[in-house]
Amino acid sequence: MPKDLVFITVIGKDQKGIIARISNAVFKHNINIEDLNQKVMDGYFVMTMLADMADSRASIGDIKKEFAEIEKQMDLKIQVQHENIFKAMHRV
Amino acid sequence: MEYSLDEVMETVRMTLYHNFDIRTVTLGINLKDCIDTDIEIFKSNVYDKVTEYGKRLVYEAGKIEDKYGVPIINKRISVTPVSLIVESCKEDAPLEIAKILDRAARDANIDFIGGYGALVQKGMTRSDSRLIDSLPEMLSSTERVCAFLNVGSTVSGMNMDAIIKLGNILKDIASRTDNGIGCTKFAVFSNAPEDNPFMAGAFHGIGEPDFSLNIGISGPGVVRSVVEKNRECDLTALSEVIKRTAFKITRAGELIGRELASNMEVPFGIVDISLASTNKVGDSVAGIVEMMGIERIGAPGSTAALALLIDAVKKGGAMASGNVGGLSGTFIPVSEDSGMNEAVRSGALSIEKLEALTAVCSVGLDMIAIPGDTPAETISAIIADELSIGVVNGKTTGVRLIPVPGKIAGDYVNFGGLLGETYVMDISKFSSRDFILRGGRMPAPITSMRN
Repeated sequence: MPKDLVFITVIGKDQKGIIARISNAVFKHNINIEDLNQKVMDGYFVMTMLADMADSRASIGDIKKEFAEIEKQMDLKIQVQHENIFKAMHRV
Repeated sequence: MEYSLDEVMETVRMTLYHNFDIRTVTLGINLKDCIDTDIEIFKSNVYDKVTEYGKRLVYEAGKIEDKYGVPIINKRISVTPVSLIVESCKEDAPLEIAKILDRAARDANIDFIGGYGALVQKGMTRSDSRLIDSLPEMLSSTERVCAFLNVGSTVSGMNMDAIIKLGNILKDIASRTDNGIGCTKFAVFSNAPEDNPFMAGAFHGIGEPDFSLNIGISGPGVVRSVVEKNRECDLTALSEVIKRTAFKITRAGELIGRELASNMEVPFGIVDISLASTNKVGDSVAGIVEMMGIERIGAPGSTAALALLIDAVKKGGAMASGNVGGLSGTFIPVSEDSGMNEAVRSGALSIEKLEALTAVCSVGLDMIAIPGDTPAETISAIIADELSIGVVNGKTTGVRLIPVPGKIAGDYVNFGGLLGETYVMDISKFSSRDFILRGGRMPAPITSMRN
């Protein structure tokens, strides 16, 4: 089955439980984590997670709704974007 | 991971912090197959076609927005120039069609529908003439319908008889609407492109297929931020970084446009790479020019800076997509760009300098408030000046002027929302009346001897 990859990007103040909360939400929707990267950039915690939604019944819109709650509670910015846009912009 | 963290973050930052968005997805719809001599059947055909595709456009655009995390600000429709499709109908047919387009747009949740216009660069048919005469009533009695006229082209010259009419018509439109706001929905052009996705001038040209999905990307904020990061480099290097950025945002635009067209099962048309500003902080074309090192746009050097900017955007865009079209320039609307507005307020920018800027960028004198008592012939003369820049240089230029009733130079006007706010510009008091009233047609320019 072909992969259906999305990037989940999290930006905000470093705090306990960010990765746990995101991973939990992702797991709940049967989404597989393919890769994960994190570091502190310009004083902010930045995490990018590459996730495969091929086996999930959820749409990107559903996932965003789920993340909206986490964004509010933990004062984070969470962006979900399909991989195609990164391919278009950064690969010729 | 196939992408570096920096690459991922560059895209994410553009959307989260630098206002990268798809300014508009505009579906061009051919209405020639809706024509019927029975106006009621004609209207019903138009309504059904526009609402069906309009609703699909809004629905599919929403899904793509979610998928790529790039906001699509406006979902719009352009149609076959209305003067063409009402040729065989009764006198009041243009207005009847405008009202049905307005209702269809409202019912499909489309914010603007363009195409109420005519191509009269060489002369007017009876239908063109009655459509032009109906503009004041149409623009004051509908909410979402935008109007355009093409009155000049490089191969036909300029129709001065139509331009004479426009001076009075603009004043009439202004007098019927609050702050003259009806004029913001009307653009007059030379060399109008048939696939422009931006309002007010969008229409579905006669060389187009049944449908065409055109997309207008926008990224003044993104370009401004790369210029800000490159404060020390020389202009050659600066052009290079702008080019790279334009390449990336055009690629994203093309991806989104193609996918949306494919989901709607309509042909993909073009990506319009115009930098289109908004009043949001940082999302300003004036802001880019000022970041390049000009204290206020309008100061000497502004024309050169804008020329470099648009050239770099075009080079990056042309590499990124084989379907670049529409206007694809840099918009310098006054009321819609907080930096331009500030330049007017502080006296840095005059209408004459704006005219000079349009010689190197698209798309003309846009969203400019002028005193309400400006003589009609002077308005016609400003239009003639601006459009002759387009006619002679083989490019599109347009004019969207608002003669604001009761206001004089320096007064503040607020049009609301994306249309923004502005200060009324000072206009020369010297008369152009005798020149304009000569009428006739300015012959097409010679295209050799290019100096």
